[in-house]
Amino acid sequence: MSLSNEAYITGVGQSQIGVKLARSPLLLTVDAVKEALDEAGLSIGQIDGVSTYPGRVAQMLGFSPIGADELIDALGIRATWYAGGGEISSQLGAVVAAATAVRAGLARHVICFRTVYEAAALSRPDEFPMPRRDRVDGFSQWTAPFNALSAANWTAQYAMRHVKKYGLKREQLAQIALTDRAHAALNPRALVREPLSMDEYLAARMISSPLCLYDCDRFTDASTVLIVSAGTAVNEVRCTPIRIAAMAGTVERHSWDQAEWTASYATGRDLWTRTDYRPKDVDTVQFYDGFAFYALTWFEALGFCGIGEGGQFIEGGRRIALDGELPLNTFGGQIGAGRLHGFGFAHEAVTQLRGKGGARQIKKADPRLAIATSGGGPLATALLLARD
Amino acid sequence: MTAPRPLPRLDADNRPFWTGGEVGELRIMRCRDCGTFLHPPRPVCRHCLSENVGPEVVPGTGVVDTYTVNYQKWHPAMDVPFVIARVALDGAPGVYLTTNIVGCPAESVDVGDRVRVRFEQHEDVWLPLFEKIA
Repeated sequence: MSLSNEAYITGVGQSQIGVKLARSPLLLTVDAVKEALDEAGLSIGQIDGVSTYPGRVAQMLGFSPIGADELIDALGIRATWYAGGGEISSQLGAVVAAATAVRAGLARHVICFRTVYEAAALSRPDEFPMPRRDRVDGFSQWTAPFNALSAANWTAQYAMRHVKKYGLKREQLAQIALTDRAHAALNPRALVREPLSMDEYLAARMISSPLCLYDCDRFTDASTVLIVSAGTAVNEVRCTPIRIAAMAGTVERHSWDQAEWTASYATGRDLWTRTDYRPKDVDTVQFYDGFAFYALTWFEALGFCGIGEGGQFIEGGRRIALDGELPLNTFGGQIGAGRLHGFGFAHEAVTQLRGKGGARQIKKADPRLAIATSGGGPLATALLLARD
Repeated sequence: MTAPRPLPRLDADNRPFWTGGEVGELRIMRCRDCGTFLHPPRPVCRHCLSENVGPEVVPGTGVVDTYTVNYQKWHPAMDVPFVIARVALDGAPGVYLTTNIVGCPAESVDVGDRVRVRFEQHEDVWLPLFEKIA
């Protein structure tokens, strides 16, 4: 293995995480950039690439208010490579793109970022107007006319299949939210700091059966940054570099309703064909949980258990707790820490592998290997991250 | 008050699907060379890349493949609960429609239920809703 041809995550940073924040989305992004640069010991002048998902979305500014080009201009970055867009295998696809770029020699240190401003934007409609559309087109035309307006509805139908076909129980699915909330209580930055009990979970109102209120993340304002560095430049950073040991990502039919399986299953299979590591080697998993059911599918998709066995695998919650054999979402996931939209999982995997988790650090000594995922509907990405 | 449903913008590819209900027909795009059904409708076959494709009338019956009962009012005028289902169509292998199961209590729908299309006109669009076959 030639380490000079590897890609690493070096500095990671995060703004405050909140709801209806007054600080602008660009400045939240700058907060996260500065923290990441500081951790890596890099100056902004050493950054020569930027990658983001999904780029600035003018029709939905709260969903994505800042594009790569705006950040480049705002920070005076001299970029030799950059990219930003939504037509990639979900949020962490932006990291896959950056890793590919540094391995190809197109850049040395790439800022990857995801900034969300959904809560603030909703509360300030004059600044962040929602467009009025007379008619729907593209994918929306196949769901919106039937008032299947939310990803909760589309996801719930996959979850219901698990209920009917494999006997998934609410008490089993609850372990995602309960674990998230228990871990979020130990994360000073998390949006929700109070733990959740099984009784509270079971009493929660349904949003779209079988998904209840606590199975859903909620609108958040925050920015997360990951710096991806080339193997040839990694000696310039002062933090422990985390190697991207394998990556995979795909799309499973573009529409949400024609595929039998979510894209996580093909992505999980692909990941293990690109490494000699095996699931038993993994110390902690940070699984996308915009809806709790996605996190459950990732255990199956990545082969930690058989297909349909995810509910039994997490039953009782011991296995996925901080001191369990496979700690899950140690920062609180999106259900506990806030809807950081994909990037929070990689941020936390790096933090855990460096032993910097503080009160939420996993109890295993010397963790070496982690998985971070994003997506889980028709789009999915998985990163296998290693501390050498 | 019942909130108006968002309606599709009609174009050359989707018009046969969204307007077939005017004459009581559920139409799914099909490749005339290899026979593959294509949904969403596009002017090329996703199996053999032939452009010899066109709408074909299917029986309008099917099976509930999966479903959800929506309880959340996504806007204030929405009537809840209601059933959103994914229906596997008879006579069009591999094609699913997201739709509503209507004409029965929301709690009475289950995977495997046999259903039949019931068109509902909104302006120039005929939405294929489904009801259970008694």
